[in-house]
Order: sequence, then structure tokens, then C-alpha cells
Amino acid sequence: MEINLSIDPELVRKILTEFIRSEITRVGFSRAVINLSGGIDSAVSFVLATEALGPQNVLAIRLPFKTSSGDSLEHAQMLIDQFGCPSVTIPITEMVDPLIAREPGMPEIRKGNIMARARMIVAYDQSEAFKGLVIGTGNKTEILLGYTTLYGDSACSLNPIGDLYKTQVRQLARALGIPEPIIAKPPSADLWAGQTDEGELGFTYEEVDKLLFLLVDQRYRPEECVEVGFDEKFVRQVFERIRKNQFKRVLPPIAKLSSRTIGYDFLYLRDWGT
Amino acid sequence: MKLNLALAQINTELGNIQANLEKHLTLVKQACQDGMDLLVFPELSLTGYVLQDLVPVVSCRPESDDPFFQQLLDASRNIDLVVGFVDEDSRHRFYIASAYLSQGEVVHVHHKVYLPTYGLFDEGRFFAPGDSVRAFDTRFGRFGMLICEDFWHASPPYILWQDGADVLLFSSASPGRGLNGEPKLESSTWVEHINRAYASLFTIFVAHTNRSGFEDGLNFWGGSTVFDPNGTLIAQAPYFEEALTKTEIDLNQLHRTRARLPLLRDERPELVQRELERILHK
Repeated sequence: MEINLSIDPELVRKILTEFIRSEITRVGFSRAVINLSGGIDSAVSFVLATEALGPQNVLAIRLPFKTSSGDSLEHAQMLIDQFGCPSVTIPITEMVDPLIAREPGMPEIRKGNIMARARMIVAYDQSEAFKGLVIGTGNKTEILLGYTTLYGDSACSLNPIGDLYKTQVRQLARALGIPEPIIAKPPSADLWAGQTDEGELGFTYEEVDKLLFLLVDQRYRPEECVEVGFDEKFVRQVFERIRKNQFKRVLPPIAKLSSRTIGYDFLYLRDWGT
Repeated sequence: MKLNLALAQINTELGNIQANLEKHLTLVKQACQDGMDLLVFPELSLTGYVLQDLVPVVSCRPESDDPFFQQLLDASRNIDLVVGFVDEDSRHRFYIASAYLSQGEVVHVHHKVYLPTYGLFDEGRFFAPGDSVRAFDTRFGRFGMLICEDFWHASPPYILWQDGADVLLFSSASPGRGLNGEPKLESSTWVEHINRAYASLFTIFVAHTNRSGFEDGLNFWGGSTVFDPNGTLIAQAPYFEEALTKTEIDLNQLHRTRARLPLLRDERPELVQRELERILHK
């Protein structure tokens, strides 16, 4: 069994910048907007977008909540300064708090989802104002695990890094010159104080990426993953997460009635005619 | 005899034949100015690749009364052309097709015989498979054409070789895939290996024209190549970018290589036929 998650960053960079340029310009746009969380995923998507479109054509949006870590804002600012693009900072506290206040004791997960969706609203509003498409920042690991808020951070017009595992995003980040503090800090959705991805998921990206690579890319059966040394409970848990979160990866099913139905037998790429 | 060959590694607009035709005609003009004899376009060069429900909308006929082919046939008076298109036959079956045009005539049409319908591919859902693999005579000698998945199978190039083709013209719209830490995608490495292998094993020229550009998230990796009968790479287009790659093919290399290495002379197609019949009818 060989688990090779290494990438050639220059090859990936070439494909992804061309992808961004092609998929934005062919529909008549030349600009993009992106929510910069201060984390590595949005940093990578952001730098790729600046390389593809020119920094002046990428609007960086910072969206702090009152409990957001100060580092998040600072790290986003480091990128804005380094790459010299326009930016706006729009705190979401005043959008989010009244809804949360309606239900004292609201669980953190609901608050987190509300924040993620508030950020989506701002991104799409800025998209219209700046005349730029929303660049997504979800990586392959989180998409497979469903570790994302539907219509929140998962909402975008195009996603350059959705076929890269988290550990591959880290390799690309180094090649793109993203500051080390952003690469080195523990990944976090920063929805509440002290939250980390790996704490919440219960395993590390390093571990789960290897397993996902076998299950998804190499088409190993779960029992074969156990045979090569992965813990059975871990394999089962991850496999179930992938299965249960399929709904987040597809458009909502439309009930078929007519002889030609969107999604079943009305089939066109988004790039139709361009 | 020398053949000035140009590979038109282009991006296409999905479903916009008019825009793609204009690009063809622009490149024809350029290739003519550069003294080229033959210009080869990639798979589905007039239409784009992931056509899905656009297939019946973009189909055409390789005939002089077809408005698109009329212009291409006119252009072929100055330079031989290979173009990729959707062919709709008289019974309204749709094929992925390549046409060889020369001096205002359609010399040969190949219908893709292997339609990949697995993984990211869904061709069998939208197209009918071709059912013949034939070499054909051109003013430069006997050629064969194959389209993408056709040459992922070993038999079509073998058949064309045995049918007399000394130059194989491959076209594709190959989506790039496979990261492994190397500076080249696995799909590119694989195609280059097999094309070099056909040129070496059959002591023939193998020219491959691939696409560039994107359709949704699919990248087309370009990297068009020409291998000579020794298996030597004699021309290569850049990866991922549009390019007009020109090279001079010295057809006398066939003589030199086969004088040294008589693989064609020693090949035993009757033995192949006998053994295949035994295998198929046992």
C-alpha cells in the first residue's frame, strides 16, 4: 500500500489559476470576491485568485464576529497587505446577534451555522457590488466529511481547491508564499472560542487524509483499509460520515413528473455556450 | 518526401460551432502562411467536448452542402485538414467523428469506435459507436485516424498499421487527472508512453493533437506530440495552453528505420487472425 499525497505545487498552481481565469472570464466577469477567514484554505484560494485575475480584481472580505480570535483578523490583513488587493471588513455581530438572542441557550452548532450563513449573505452582496464571482474555499477533506455549513461556507460560484486534501492544501500554501503563521496554526472554523477542527472531528487531518485517499481515490473497501492498518472504528466512522453527508454535495432532488426534468434528463454543463 | 505538419492545440467554445469554425479558419490561414501541408485539430474541435444534451444541436454532415463543412472544404484547397465534429448519419445516429479534408474533398471520415462510459466519461449515453477502422490514402501516403479512447485500446492502431498506414493522426479532448507529486499529470504521462510505444512498435509516425482549456472543472492538458518511427519525440506543444505546433516530418525515416528494424516485414497477421478466431470461437 502506497499512500502518496504529495503534489507538485507548480503544476497545481498552473491548473488552478487557469481554472479561475477561464471560469470567471468566460461568463463575462473579470473579478472575484472571497471571504478571508485568516485560515489556510481561504488564503490559498485568495492567492490563486490574485494570480489569476490580478490583485486589484480580487476583493478580500473580513467578517469578524465578536468572539472571533484576533489572530484571524490579523492573518487576513497580512494577506491583504502582502498581495495588495482591495478589502472590506464587515463585522457580522449585528446581523447575527438578534437571531441568536431570540432563543437563549441556543446550541453552539446552530450559532455557528448562523454565522457561516451570515458570511455567505455578505459575500454574495459584495459579489453584486464589486461585480465579482464568489470564490469557494472548501477543501476535499471537509467536503467529503461534510464538515461544512450547507449554504454557508460551502456556497460559492467556483471552487479551486475542492479536489485537494487538507494536507495537500498545506503543500500548495508553502509554494504560494503564504505566511508561516497561517500555515502552522491549528485549523479552526473560529465559530466559538477554542474551537479547532481536529478537536471537533476527533482525528487529525494527517490521519484522515490518508484514509480518505484509500477509500475515495484508490477505491479501497473499508475492510481493506482495516487490513492495511487503520483502526476499524475510525474507518467505519469516516465511511459513515462520507455517506451521510452526500446530501451536502448534490443539488436538492427534484421530483420527476414530466418527460424532461432538470437534473435527470436535462443535461448541460454550466459552461454551455461559452 | 517531407510533410510540413501542424497541430492545432486549441480551446473551444462549448456548443458554439460558429465561434469554433472561425478559430479553425484563422489557424488555417496562419498555417498556410507558414507553408504547412497538413493541419490537425483535436477531438470535437468544432463543438467542444462535454456536449451532453447539446449533441443533436451541434451535429453536422461532412458534405459540401453543409454550411460549416462548405467553408472547411474551401479552406482545404490550400492545406489538408483534420477536424473533429459530431456526425449525424442519415438514420439520425450521432457519432464523435474526425474528417480528413483535402483539395476540396472529404477523403475519409472516422467514427470513434470506443466510447468511454466510466469514471468521468459518459460518451456512450450520447453517442453511437463507430464500427470500422480503416486506413486511407492521402497525397502524402497512407494515413490512419483515431480518436482518444480508440488509441487507449491496442487493436485500432494495430489494424491501421496492417491496413497500410505509415502516419497515425490521433486526436483527443483528454481531461487532465492524476496528481502524484510529479510535475506532469498521470494522464499526460500515460498518453505519451503509449504514443511513443505505438511509434516504436509499428515503426510509424504518431501525431497526437490534444485540446487545451476548461469545461466546468475539467482541464484539457494539451501537450500534443509527434513521435517518429524510432519512437523519438520530434515535436511537443506546451501543456495546458493553446498552440500551433509545427514540425517537418521526413517520410524517408520510414525507409531508414525499417531497414534497421523490419518489424512490419516480420509481423504475422495471419497468425493473429488464426489465434483470435480460435479464442473467439472456442
